[in-house]
Amino acid sequence: MPQETPQSGTIEITYREAVREAIRDALSRDERVFLMGEDVGRYGGCYAVSKGLLAEFGPERIRDTPLSESGFTGAGIGAAMAGMRPIVELMTVNFSLLALDQILNTAATVRHMSGDQFGVPLVVRMATGAGRQLAAQHSHSLEGWYAHIPGIKVLAPATVEDARGMLWTALEDPDPVLIFENIMLYNLTGTLAADAGAVNIDKAAVRRPGRDISLISYGGSLGKTLEAAAALAADNIDAEVIDLRSLRPLDDATIMASVAKTRRAVVVDEGWRSGSLAAEICARIVEQVFWELDAPIGRVCSEEVPIPYPRHLEDAAIPQAAKIVAAAKAALGRR
Amino acid sequence: IPVLEQRDRIVATYREHGHALVRGVPMTTVFAEIYGKQEGCSRGRGGSMHLFDRATNFYGGNAIVGGGLPLSIGLALADHMRGDDIVTACFFGEGAVAEGEFHESLNLAALWRLPVLFVCENNLYAMGTALALSESETDIQRKATCYRIASEVVDGMDVVAVEAAARRAVRAVRETGKPCFLECRTYRLRAHSMFDAQLYRDKAEVEAWRSKEPIARFQGWLEANHMIHAEEVARIEAEVAAEIAEAVAFAEAGTWEPVEHLTRFVYAERTA
Repeated sequence: MPQETPQSGTIEITYREAVREAIRDALSRDERVFLMGEDVGRYGGCYAVSKGLLAEFGPERIRDTPLSESGFTGAGIGAAMAGMRPIVELMTVNFSLLALDQILNTAATVRHMSGDQFGVPLVVRMATGAGRQLAAQHSHSLEGWYAHIPGIKVLAPATVEDARGMLWTALEDPDPVLIFENIMLYNLTGTLAADAGAVNIDKAAVRRPGRDISLISYGGSLGKTLEAAAALAADNIDAEVIDLRSLRPLDDATIMASVAKTRRAVVVDEGWRSGSLAAEICARIVEQVFWELDAPIGRVCSEEVPIPYPRHLEDAAIPQAAKIVAAAKAALGRR
Repeated sequence: IPVLEQRDRIVATYREHGHALVRGVPMTTVFAEIYGKQEGCSRGRGGSMHLFDRATNFYGGNAIVGGGLPLSIGLALADHMRGDDIVTACFFGEGAVAEGEFHESLNLAALWRLPVLFVCENNLYAMGTALALSESETDIQRKATCYRIASEVVDGMDVVAVEAAARRAVRAVRETGKPCFLECRTYRLRAHSMFDAQLYRDKAEVEAWRSKEPIARFQGWLEANHMIHAEEVARIEAEVAAEIAEAVAFAEAGTWEPVEHLTRFVYAERTA
């Protein structure tokens, strides 16, 4: 349970607790909401997100499922079409591939192929990212793939405020929304207003204003990017840090306003470089504000390798603050 | 389908035209959909394999074999959680039985006691692959039994037998709230599609099944039992021909959606 500090009207809370509070709030506010997934009930959630919710809401609404990702994701789609507001939890993005048929071929297409007669107001949450030495079948970052698909929305909460606030907005959305929670964020502690609630899910946020370069990031890479910005500040480089928050749709206006101001950009993305979300953002910058640029756009992505098990190789495979610093300095022509 | 109530739900396959017509989706809008006209039941966006109709709780028209089964689980789960007395009938072919989603869905329906009627239209061929070439156990209803789902096999070429079995099964689902499984053993007398040369089966086999053709057989049964007069048959045939002519005329008179609307219906259009 989050500890209240009534003096300030704020609470210290972990990202995990913020997600749990968001789920609890949604279950309390709307009887159509229920949570369904592998080990969400008796086990308390693979990452302990839903711990305690079974006792509070019962097994109908905190519904343990068999290891049938396609089956229960499809069940979430059907329940959403029939008027419920399901939250489906897929343990990791790697496992979500077993449900990709339902997500792409059904959830994302039903509104279109039914000529707008049926919508799928479904929320799918899943863990993403590397950093826990879970190797090549538990650690990938495939949110960029999902951001390719018309018909769904893709969110990447990187702060406790967004972990707390994005879920309700997603549940109110008439279309399917996928929420990617980076596994390295669950223990992140942050300060949240005691009355924190829903937040918008269509705008990027400037997490650190700056003049010299735009560092564009999201999810698990945001903290590393802010760390890099602090290191750059020590070298008198004033970096602006953009948190995309929504990966589909992308908030082009915020990205372009920042790049038009700083004239330089580095995109940080834990997905693999080839065909990545970072590549899409680079292309949009080139299409929209090419004449504002003073330097080639940099990218810090994951290396083109399945995530390895040993810690030193895992660390080397994904974006780190030092790589972001180096990429930013390269874009500025500094060493 | 006629033994279902208006409030019940239907999930069908890509060969769902018959399901849609029997359910009451107007033939005019079905034809318009096949033509791709915006007067179609899915505004022309879905086409032949994606007939949808909210008014009759008709949930498609699913062209991923087996993909409709999890959908039926979710529809029934919603009704189960709300305590609504609604049956979801889910149609699929024997080809879907090889898909993981078939097994996941039967397990979930039995485990969670959901009011789903699974209807397997076993026509012996998944496109061109015979059942015996794709299943180690070709007795499909046994698979349902393994999931502790009450099941029944019926001669799918016998209209009267199918109607009686469906009535029993729907009643059982409604009374118990639990799933039932109906395997209709039938045959596809025509090609899979207009691109199918039917190299995978003997003409003699097709002809042998043709003698069991269900509509002719039902008509013969009605006549033998003096339940229909020749003039009634002629009247029905004339009515159907007129309905088809009207539907074709409706579809041909239908209009094309403006290309400027291309990107509509991907997300909900919020009205201010």
